[in-house]
Parts: sequence; structure tokens; C-alpha cells
Amino acid sequence: MLSLSSQYPILVAIVPLMAAPICALLRGKTAPWAFTTITSACTFYISIQLLFSVASSGPISYELGGWAPPWGIEYVVDLLSGFMLVLISGISTGVLLYARESITKEVAPQQLGLFFTAYLLALTGMLGISITGDAFNVFVFLEIMSLSSYALIAMGERTDRRALTAAFQYLIIGTVGATFYLIGVGLIYLMTGTLNIADIAARLPEIEGTRPILAAAGFIVIGIGIKLALFPFHVWLPNSYTYAPNIVTAFFAGTATKVGVYLLIRFIFTVFGENYSFGELGLTDILLPLGVLAFLTMSSVAIYQTNIKRLLAYSSVAQMGYIILGISLASESGLTAAILHIFNHAIVKTGLFLSLGCMFFVVGSTYLKDLEGIGKRMPITTFGFVLGGFGLIGVPLTPGFISKWYLVVAALEKGSIIGYSLVALLMISSLLAVLYIWRVVEVAYFRDPPDSVVKREAPMSLLVPTWIFILGSFYFGIETSFNVGIAKVAAAFLMGGA
Amino acid sequence: MIEGLNPGLILILGALLVPLTSGIIRSILILALPVIAVIHIHMLGLGTWGHYEFLGLSLEITRIDPLSRIFGTIFCIAAFMGMVYAVHVKDTIQHFAALIYIGSAIGAVFAGDMITLFAFWELTAISSVFLIWASRTERAYRAGMRYLIIQVTSGVVLLGGIILYYQDTGSIAFDYIGLSSIAGGLILLAFGIKSAFPLLHNWVQDAYPEATVTGTVILSAFTTKLAIYALARAFPGTDILIPIGGAMIILPIVYVVLENDLRRVLAYSLNSQLGYMVIGVGIGSELALNGTAAHVFVHIMYKSLLFMCMGAVLFRAGTVKVSELGGLYKSMPVTTVFCLIGAISIAAFPLTGGFVSKAMIQSAALNGGLNILWPVMLFACAGIMDHSGLKVPFFTFFSKDRGIRVQEAPINMLIAMGIAAFFCIGIGVFPGLLFDLLPYAPTYDAYSFGHIVSALQLLFFTVLAFMLLIRYKVYPMELRSTVLDFDWFYRVPLKRLALAVGRLVLFVWNWTLGIANNIVNSVINVVANTHGNGKALARTTSSSMAIMIIVAVLGFVVVFFYG
Repeated sequence: MLSLSSQYPILVAIVPLMAAPICALLRGKTAPWAFTTITSACTFYISIQLLFSVASSGPISYELGGWAPPWGIEYVVDLLSGFMLVLISGISTGVLLYARESITKEVAPQQLGLFFTAYLLALTGMLGISITGDAFNVFVFLEIMSLSSYALIAMGERTDRRALTAAFQYLIIGTVGATFYLIGVGLIYLMTGTLNIADIAARLPEIEGTRPILAAAGFIVIGIGIKLALFPFHVWLPNSYTYAPNIVTAFFAGTATKVGVYLLIRFIFTVFGENYSFGELGLTDILLPLGVLAFLTMSSVAIYQTNIKRLLAYSSVAQMGYIILGISLASESGLTAAILHIFNHAIVKTGLFLSLGCMFFVVGSTYLKDLEGIGKRMPITTFGFVLGGFGLIGVPLTPGFISKWYLVVAALEKGSIIGYSLVALLMISSLLAVLYIWRVVEVAYFRDPPDSVVKREAPMSLLVPTWIFILGSFYFGIETSFNVGIAKVAAAFLMGGA
Repeated sequence: MIEGLNPGLILILGALLVPLTSGIIRSILILALPVIAVIHIHMLGLGTWGHYEFLGLSLEITRIDPLSRIFGTIFCIAAFMGMVYAVHVKDTIQHFAALIYIGSAIGAVFAGDMITLFAFWELTAISSVFLIWASRTERAYRAGMRYLIIQVTSGVVLLGGIILYYQDTGSIAFDYIGLSSIAGGLILLAFGIKSAFPLLHNWVQDAYPEATVTGTVILSAFTTKLAIYALARAFPGTDILIPIGGAMIILPIVYVVLENDLRRVLAYSLNSQLGYMVIGVGIGSELALNGTAAHVFVHIMYKSLLFMCMGAVLFRAGTVKVSELGGLYKSMPVTTVFCLIGAISIAAFPLTGGFVSKAMIQSAALNGGLNILWPVMLFACAGIMDHSGLKVPFFTFFSKDRGIRVQEAPINMLIAMGIAAFFCIGIGVFPGLLFDLLPYAPTYDAYSFGHIVSALQLLFFTVLAFMLLIRYKVYPMELRSTVLDFDWFYRVPLKRLALAVGRLVLFVWNWTLGIANNIVNSVINVVANTHGNGKALARTTSSSMAIMIIVAVLGFVVVFFYG
């Protein structure tokens, strides 16, 4: 009998995809939101089921339409992709719980149906990228995700017209990234005659020294690098995050760039294989300096920002630097740190953007100058923000500490002068994080609020999801068996497996 | 109560309730927490609790042994005193920060492993700075910022040391570490910053006098003493601590001569007193460690007492500047008496706590054959007698009457001072009560040769100082200059030299500081000019520029791959 659970791999992508056009037909303030939230919750449920089944009985392969790979499209769920599915759908659902009241401030009521349609499509794209085992199918989902995200970002124009130029610039740069990726995949197809990731991986060793493959590797790494806002390709990110509606920023900060990282890990470790990537291609020499530059310069830039949303956006680029550094160390512990930080940063940063969204909901601005004394006006929200900030700094008991710990261990394992100086640079970067979080704390607690305003907290529908993320981040900072456990096993699998 | 709960967490968790309460309930809460904690410590008895595996490291959240128990007990008593003293304060942030700060200091004392220690160590830094900022002045804000940077640096150095130590030994247990590796050196440096080693000490005099009236009392009791505990735990018998401690006793005395702010005078003398404890740890014998623990106990009592008196004066008269005070004994007679008790205790008069504890350390030094320490300690006695024993009470309460007429200190402050004064005298008269709590079986015989010698030495100086006091009264002090003249009388052979050494140290220090400042400033300038808002790295480049960058990197990467 064809049980429903055997169809989960296709359902996790097809459910939000099919839901999207239906959502476009819905009208009113509540209906599109409720429909989207239920859909997202369904994908969350399916993702958890998939992760459990992968954890207990190994990777799942699903043939689309009954066509056997490598001819047909294959969906593959291994531990890492299952982990990504849970992360993406979980964050999406959490953010949606927050969205009902929050989004009404930023998007016109008649556009809500379309807004949530685009949201569902972006979710589809991210889930699809994580689950598909086909390099061209990745491109399709990448475009679904990107196109819908351009629309989502542009919807911030009611608050600030600059959202339009931000979205447009993202469109140009993002398209270049996608095109590079497609060129790379095309070159690989030319040389191997296959698009199935496992099949490519099997055929590559025979031809790996050839020029088209080398060029393909370059195009793919750069293409994905643009999508994940790798320094110095990050120009699109600060503006997009700053001017997008708050829930879009919260959703993307946790997931969109992380999907890019996932793709990079997939190509480096599964398609090219670590020996080829770090041996012949010498990716360490490229990614390591970029990662280090990312967390040093972008943290420094964040210190000087006057808009907290923008500050957090730059901090996101910096945090990407940590993940890239972890990958570039080319060791199991480095990869563990990278995968771990994907999860940990996602939960911390989403919590931060959500608490910032609470402030925006009440005050109507995220500029530091408008938030003076916010700690007295909105004590619960601000306290949540500060706790989230601790996570960014890496204070013990927060997930940020766990990630940094593993990153430091990985750097020390590398030994030599490079490893030790990396540790020193990581410490400096933590100090920079203290500074940029401190700027917010200083304005929030040590400036007096303007006389005219009264104390007013954000509504419960915003506060509760925010605090779920904040408390959740502490949960995963203390009880680390879920995130650390999966990251370790997934890293071992990627290093040993393909 | 939860079995094996770290006593520090009682205060930290209790602190979370503070914002929810007000009025009498809050007063009861903040007074009850230290009491509950001390009962909890003694109910638990000796042992270890809270073993967890974390990232493959074995944590030990709570360890109660005789050494940590006496420090924990002292901290709880000091916390109670501080809270009594501060009970009238209506500022939620201050109570909240103070309780978190005290709780984390106690938590650190009972930490059985260095990760737990590090967590509490950093928490003391972050929470205590709010006691400085609570003054809400620009000066306090800046001093607090400097304080925070130094304290966090100590934490970062500690973490570095712990990681290296873990790499070396595979253990994070917080026990004897010693100086045999770089790891030990880093950890000692971290402890040294917090215990205000010479040249690492400036934060004490910089920050403590800027805190609020009650904040200074609380600050002065915990941070440095926590560091002393950490030293006693990890570095007993480390020889280098003996010269460091000697320098620590002497150097602050040099600076203090010129100081006008009486709370700063006390901060310097606190620094000097820490030197005794560092020497005690450095000697490392059972008697010396007992003496250190005892001195910590007594020191917290008389130093808090003196800070409380000065706090009360600041609270009522609005200043603690030497040049603005005088004749307050008429207005604040009770505070005057308490201040005198604190003064004779710090000067180690017989029948005060200071006498007992200092004698123990001095005997330990003598037993250890460290005769060279004698002149150091003698000079220090004279110095301490001068600045804390005479300068503070004399200029505040006697001296020229400047017509300041204020009320006596509030009743809660008087009670807190009374508790401290009670301990100062009580321990002096009945030292046996304190001995029972000490980490090692009290082998200290009050009639040993060492004790008699030290008692005679101390008596000599006390009598001399006492005579000087009488002479002060003979000359009823219209002018400050008279006093300074009189300083000349017994310090002239050493003062010039000390001042010269002080100037040299100051010069080298300023020079180093200047260069370091310049480097830091230029780094900050460069970063601001390149990373600042709207500067090169923070600018939104045009899309074509972004694409150019992308293509250039692509070209480079592909060429790199080909190569």
C-alpha cells in the first residue's frame, strides 16, 4: 500500500507550492495568514518526520514520477538536508505566528494575499533546494526562492521607498549569482552528461583536472557565494534586510543565506569531494581569508550603523564569515562548527529581528535615535533583544558560545601559527560584537526616553513568538544534544561518505 | 532547597524577583537572600555536587571544601551588611545588579571547574559595572567603561588560559595549576588583573570611587577578594607572588599621599591590603593560607566599615574631599566612632581583627625565613596608619571645623556599620571563633615566638602612631599644611625615595600607556575612516560596481583553480 509517509519527500516541497496560488485568491486580513501558517506548520511536521526517519534508518531516496535516477529527478534526504528542512520550516512557522498583527502595519490589506503567496513560494524554494538531489532542479528552486524574495523585499516600500531600489539591486546581483550557478552546472553537464548530484560525484574523478570542470567549480563557488552574501559579494544584503518588512527580514536572516551555505557544503563535500575541493582546487586559500575578512570588517561596519536593522544585517554577513571559516578549515570539527552555526545563528538572529520588529511595531522606526530609552518603554522586548545579543556575542549558556567553542577547537586543531592567530581573530571579533550590541544597550537603557511617550509593550501576538525564539536559543545553548549531535553526525557523514 | 544548588545561584535567581517587588517586600527579599545562602552553605556540608557533561568536559557546578566555605561565608556576611546599608535605596537597577554581582562572586567561589568559574567570573564583571554606572554621571560612565574593558579582558585572558590548559592536560578541574606552562601564566595574569597586581591595579582607584554611595561598599568587598580566592586555589606557594605582594603593599602608599578624595584614599589602601593576602598565598604554608583567609574576612569587615563611613559622609555632606571636610564629629558622632573602630582595625591595634590576621601572615613570613619582607611590612604599617588610620578619620571628623552641619547617617547605614564594627572588635577579642572556620586546622599559637615578635613590632608602631595622634590634638589643626609637615617627621627617609620610585613608575607607565593609547587611537581612526557609516566598506556600491567586483573575484578564482 502506498502510505502517505512514503510520499513525504515530495510533499514537503509540493504542499507550499500548491498552496501558493490558492493563497493568492484569498482576501481579507486573516485568511491568507491563517492559510499560510497552517501550510507552513504542515511542512514543519513533515520535515520533523523526515528527520526522524533519516536519523533512525539512513538516507531516503525518492524518485519523482517513478523515473529512476540518474534519468529522472531524485529527491534525497540525508541528515544534513533533513536538518535544513526542519530549520527552514520551523523558523518559517515561528515567524508566521508573529506575522498576523505585525504585517498589517507594513503591507496594505489588499496585498496580503499576494504577500503570503510570495512567502509560500520562497519557502518552497528553500525547502526544494534542501531536498533535491538534482543540480538543475536546485537552479529551479533557487529561482523560485529568489524571484519571490525580490517581491517580498519590494513590499517594504510602504515604510520606506528605498525598498524598491534595494530589491532591484538584489535582483540584478542575485540573477548574476543564479546565472553563474547555471553556467557551472551547464559545464558539468557538458562534461559528465548528467545532472544527478550523486551521479556527477561518481563521474567527476575521471575528468576532474579538465579546464571546464575547473571553470565550473569557479562559477559555482562564486554563484553560491553571491547567494549566501559571502564577503565581498554582500552588497545586496544590508539594504534588502533593512528595507524589507520585518517578518521577511526575520525569515530570510534565519534561512535564505543558510540555504546558500547548505548548497556550498553540498557542492564542496558531496559533488566535488573534500579531497578535490581542498586539495587540487585549494579552496581553503580562497574561503579562509574571505571568511576572516567578513567577520572582521563587517562586525566593524556594524558598530557604526545608525539603524539597528542595518546593524544586524551587517552582523549577519559577519556571522556568515564564521560559517565559511568553519567550512574552509577542511576538517570534521570545522564542518561541525559550520553546520552548528547555521542552526545557532538562525535561531538567534531570527529572535533578534523579531524583537526589533516589536520595537518597530510600537515606535515605527528602527533608528537608534528614535529608540532612546526603549528599555524603559518596552522592558520585556528590550530584555529579549539583549539576551539575543548575548547569543551573537557568544556568552556562555547561549548557542553562540557553543558555535564559537567548536570553531575555536577546530582552529586549534589546525595548529601552527595560523590556527592560533585565527583564535585571536575570533576573540577580537567577539569583542566587536560586544561593541555593536553595546551601542543598542546604551541607547536602550542609558538614555532617557522622550518625555511625551508612555510605556507601551508590543501586543502578545508579537511578544510570545519572539520569546519562543529567545528562550529556544537558550535551550539550544544549554541542552545541545539536538544541534550538536546532528551537526557532528552530518559532518562525519559528509567527510567520510561522498 | 535543591540538593547541591550552587549558593551563588540563590542570589542570582533571587535577583530576578527584585524587579517584581517593591517597598517592604523588596527589603525583606534582599536581606533574606544572603541569609538563605549562608544557611544553605552550612546545611550542605562539605562535598561536590552538580556534575554535568558539557561538550565533553566534566563540569562540577558546586564544590564546598573548607577554603571555598570560608570565602563563601565571608561573602554572604558582607552581602548582608551591604544590603542593610543599601536598603533605603529605591533604585531597582542597583539592587538587581548588586545581587547578581554578589551571587556570581559566590558562585565563582564554589565553582569546581574552570568553565563554571569563567562563566561566573564574566558575570561579576558585567553585573558590577552597573553599580558604577548607577551614579549616572559622565565621569562614572567613562570610568565604568574603562572598568568593564579591563574586567572583560581579564575574562578573555582567563578563557585563553583555560583552553590552553585543557589542551595541555585534558582537564578543566579548578585545582592547583602552578606556573609550569603558558596556560598557568595566562591564568595567573587573569587573576592578577582582578586582584589588582602592581601596574594592573589602576582600575580599582579609577572605578570604585565613582560608584554610588552604596555601590562602592558592595564593589569593594567582592571582585578583588574573589581573585584572591582564585589565587589561593590555583597558585599557593608560587614564589613570584611574594615580591608582587610586597610591591603591592608599598606602591599604593606612594600615590595615596597626594590624594584628596577620601574614597580614593581608601581604594588605594584596599590595594595595599591586598598585597598582604597575595604574600600569604605566595608563602603557601598552612599558616599563611589560614592567615590569608582570615585577613580576607577581617579586611572585608574593616574596609567595608570605612567605605560605609565615607559613604555616609558623602550621603549627608555631599563630598569626601579632604579640602572640604572637617569637624563632622559634632554632627555625626556615631559614624565617627565607627570610623575610628575601622581605622584602628586597619592599623592592626591589638584587640581588633586586623591585629589577628596580619599577625598570622607576618608570622608565616617569618617562619618561612622571608626576613626581607619585614621592612616592607613595617613601612606598610606606617603608611596604612597614616592614610587610613589618621588621614581618613582626622580630616573628616576632626580637623578644622568648616561649619558643615548635617544629620547623623540613616539608621540602616548605622546598623550595617554596627555589624561590621562588631565583627572588627569581636574577631580581635575572640579570634577562636574565626579560627574554627579556617581551611586548615588552626595551628596558630597565640604565644608562639613568631606571634610575640610580630605583636611587639606592631605595638611599637601603634604606640608611635598613637603618640602622633595625641600630638595632633595638642596642635588643634587649623591648617592642612601642619599635617603635611608632620608627615615629614616620620617618613622623610623613605618618602623622597618612594616618591622618586613612584614618579619613575608613573613615567614609564604613562609612556607605555601613551604609546598604547596612540596605537589604539590610530587603529580606531583607521577603522572609522574605512568602516564608518557611509565610508568605503559600509557604502552601498552601485550594482555595476558590485558586478565588477564579482567578475574580478571570479576571474581570480578561476585562474587560481587553473594554477
